Amino acid sequence: MYDAVIIGAGITGTMLARQLSQYKLKVALVDKENDIADGATMANSAIIHTGYDPEDNTMKAKMNVRGAQLYQQLCKDLGCKYKVVGAFIAACGQEEEMKQNILADRADRRGIKYEWLSGNEARKEEPNLNEEVTRVLNFPTTAVIYPWEVAIACAQVAVKNGTELYLDSPVRAIDHVGDTYTVRAGEHVLETTVVINAAGVGADTIYKMVSVHPNFEMKPRKGEYFVIDNAVHYVNHVIFPVPSAKGKGVLAVPTVYGNTLLGPNSDYITSTTDTGSTFQGLDYVRTNITKIMKNAPLRSSIRNFAGLRPSSSFSDFIIEEAKDAKNFINVASIESPGLASAPAIAEYVIQELLKDKLTFEKNPDACMMRHRPLVIAELSEEERAAKIKENPMYGRIICRCEQVSEGEIVDCIHAVCGARSVKGVKKRVRPGMGRCQGGFCEPRVLNILARELKESPLDVVLDSETSKILSKENR
Amino acid sequence: METKKLVCVNCPKGCNITVTLELGKIVDIQGYTCDKGKKYAAQETICPMRVLTSTVKVENASLRVLPVITEAEIPLNLCDQAMEQIRRLNVKAPITVNDIIVKDFLGTGVNLIASRSVKASKIES
Amino acid sequence: MKHYQAVVIGAGCAGLGAAIALKEKGIQDVVILEKDDESGGILNQCIHNGFGLTTFKEQLSGPAFAERFEDQAEILGVELKTGTMVTKLNPDKTVEYVNPQEGYVTISANAIILAVGCYERSRGAVEIPGERPAGIYTAGQAQRYLNIDGYMVGKRVFILGSGDIGLIMARRMTLEGAKVLGVAELMPYSNGLPRNMKQCLEDFNIPLYLSHTVTRVYGHDRLNKVEIAEVGADQKPIANTEKTFDVDTLLLSVGLIPENHLGDDAGIVMDPHTRGPIVDEDYMTSIEGVFAAGNGLNVHDLADFAAHQGGKAGERAAWYIQNGKRKETTVHTVAGENVGYVVPGILHTAALPPVIEFYFRVRKPLHASTIVIRSGERVIRTIEKDHMIPSEMENVILTGKQLDGLSEDLVIEVKEE
Repeated sequence: MYDAVIIGAGITGTMLARQLSQYKLKVALVDKENDIADGATMANSAIIHTGYDPEDNTMKAKMNVRGAQLYQQLCKDLGCKYKVVGAFIAACGQEEEMKQNILADRADRRGIKYEWLSGNEARKEEPNLNEEVTRVLNFPTTAVIYPWEVAIACAQVAVKNGTELYLDSPVRAIDHVGDTYTVRAGEHVLETTVVINAAGVGADTIYKMVSVHPNFEMKPRKGEYFVIDNAVHYVNHVIFPVPSAKGKGVLAVPTVYGNTLLGPNSDYITSTTDTGSTFQGLDYVRTNITKIMKNAPLRSSIRNFAGLRPSSSFSDFIIEEAKDAKNFINVASIESPGLASAPAIAEYVIQELLKDKLTFEKNPDACMMRHRPLVIAELSEEERAAKIKENPMYGRIICRCEQVSEGEIVDCIHAVCGARSVKGVKKRVRPGMGRCQGGFCEPRVLNILARELKESPLDVVLDSETSKILSKENR
Repeated sequence: METKKLVCVNCPKGCNITVTLELGKIVDIQGYTCDKGKKYAAQETICPMRVLTSTVKVENASLRVLPVITEAEIPLNLCDQAMEQIRRLNVKAPITVNDIIVKDFLGTGVNLIASRSVKASKIES
Repeated sequence: MKHYQAVVIGAGCAGLGAAIALKEKGIQDVVILEKDDESGGILNQCIHNGFGLTTFKEQLSGPAFAERFEDQAEILGVELKTGTMVTKLNPDKTVEYVNPQEGYVTISANAIILAVGCYERSRGAVEIPGERPAGIYTAGQAQRYLNIDGYMVGKRVFILGSGDIGLIMARRMTLEGAKVLGVAELMPYSNGLPRNMKQCLEDFNIPLYLSHTVTRVYGHDRLNKVEIAEVGADQKPIANTEKTFDVDTLLLSVGLIPENHLGDDAGIVMDPHTRGPIVDEDYMTSIEGVFAAGNGLNVHDLADFAAHQGGKAGERAAWYIQNGKRKETTVHTVAGENVGYVVPGILHTAALPPVIEFYFRVRKPLHASTIVIRSGERVIRTIEKDHMIPSEMENVILTGKQLDGLSEDLVIEVKEE
């Protein structure tokens, strides 16, 4: 019998799992995909917004502001990257400058640091801002992270502390008899007191399993991005247009590894699984980035991707106990600023929603921190020399573009919540993120996976269990 | 009477050659600008010939497959049979480039040879 | 810090050619740093024949061609480090590399030759709409899986791009039992050598769809369908011309780009047309003593030329080691009408070598045209050509004497009749 089953191993679910793992509770974390963070957490702008954007008196405002305050320390505790880049909100003309005033006003009230720059001053710092920009509102504490890295780190902490993780386990049914929920996830039958629905775009499907009158409906919103080669240095800050009814607009984002993201657009779609990029979506980004930027380096695009925002019929986060299902906690509609809010959401769910439902006795053996896994490129010369002497596999570079060694790949396969697929290796240690997009390293990564997982190369998958890369042994 | 049109691939000129056949025998060739082209057109019409390259399984080596090549051209229409044979082959390292893998491959008079050298290895694949 | 007279980065045929030339010109201290476990570069997976026609007057497979150079390099005593990844090239001519035996090492050199080859343009860079399922590979990836690892990547194949790698793989996969349903080519003409069109497509009745591109891929976990459409002169898809193919594999043969990480980081000036370094008549880049040759300089269609270029760069590097730098830059070369790029990009006309080779590509197929090499109004040479296509790199030789005292940029252009 579990105390809690968390459905969805994205940033929300994994943060919750980590928070809960500090207590003596029996918790299971399940996800339908073959890896952690395969949904929206894998496909977003990676920004830790400071919290000026959401309207007053919303959960979004409350969670974002608090979450942003917690992130730097959290990333330190988890050995994850956190890069303060600042954010420029660029206005073109008086009408947009008035919208900036609204944001500045909110920032004042929420204690968020900002400053004003004229168009020309801003262009000194960001030469690729176009000439139409008249005034910039700068939020210097805005940061970017590596979202799936944080989710995986949280999951690793949780699992080390005793949380059970079941991947490739879609929830098919939830029975509610008396005070017990029986969650059928893949082959697993999990009886639990509390269910936490953090299932992203699938949150309404999950909720419908226990409710006849669900009070929300998911309306996924696709966002498409270009990823620019990290040899190109385009922007120093995140550059936003002034927000509109459609959302934050098409941005230019410098990532923690030096790439630039250009995007996203915003398109409501009916599917909850179609993360395909489209001509129209990419064209929209291509056209609309020019509103505030010039010289967009689209010729150096190495990849494009799309994500589905778990938007819903509600405009705010839905973080509440279901009115018609006791101990069933919906943590849904976690669209932007979901990433930035995640630590605060985890805190809130535990402190406010679960406090009377479970016994929160601290587990003295629980460790909430994670050491950053060895990244050879980040070590000093002496440390590297010593590591390679100890284990020559750290001296064999497999990913030419991102300088990733065989040793690091082997490590990430055997770590807690280890990689089981080519994409899993890519998420954890980055081969395939560079300009050749796996052209050189993928066959080598595949062979390493086969060797380490003791499986045939024919069984190595790209991501899900049915995404095999090779079809037959030729001789 | 039958005419076949083809483009000669022997040099970048790419002459358009027309071959006229009567009862399966060549009676006329037009459009070539050199003797090589004429010979090529004739052969290509009657019995197209190709060099075949492929790989065979190799053991006791750090490689899993050994590239092989026919020493000269063999009839194109034998390629299915050729592949069937090649799939059954299994050689052992060490191999030196040009080593004969199959003598008189498919009775064509042409040998199938190794197109690279590969050292013997003590490592198991 | 260990010092070498010459360091060659890359042991493909250009790097091997360079190292051999260095040795032959009397440079003793030569090392090649190669990232793969053996030398030969991409040739190891090019098991088809057609290599060596100009170099050896034979038609060899890729590995056999590479082996000729490997043998020669070994005889001459070239030091070779495999499994060695160069991580950084510095403007002060130091090179940082890493391998399992030595760890991270920095060495210095009098001359460095970048023979780093090229990489394939990926799906992301061509923006094909759809999800990112398994089953989409670059042609080179599929080639590696098959010819080195010994695995087929799929059963029913569609290929985008009629470049040679795509054509070669069309044949290869058909011979190995896959069904190749077609090749789509964006341009109205094929990008591959006519010989490959015949022997890879016609021989196997594989349809070629010119002026078409892939407009959508289908499949969430594994590819199951591709959609192609005809494109107009603007290269944009034309509505209602879509065709779909039920395939589990899409191979992309959509362009090769010089591998210029190291050069970029070192601050070497690049040519935006070739996407490789701008070099002078000695194959020297904008950093004194650093040379470039082979596919890493400009993409070749014949390995013979890449090897030849490597050899020339090696010769020049040897000359530089023995004699120092030539005099200052005077003129640039310019890709004129109908020409896509020209290598070398810069000429020091005060003291040219006796013979200089120029490499260029035309921008579209041309019949009955004249190559004009001029400086300002002064025509230096004209060459009449019946037939030139973009996929076949052109090579023109001029003497140092012909270029003596040039004051204006050297233009290579092609005039149609």
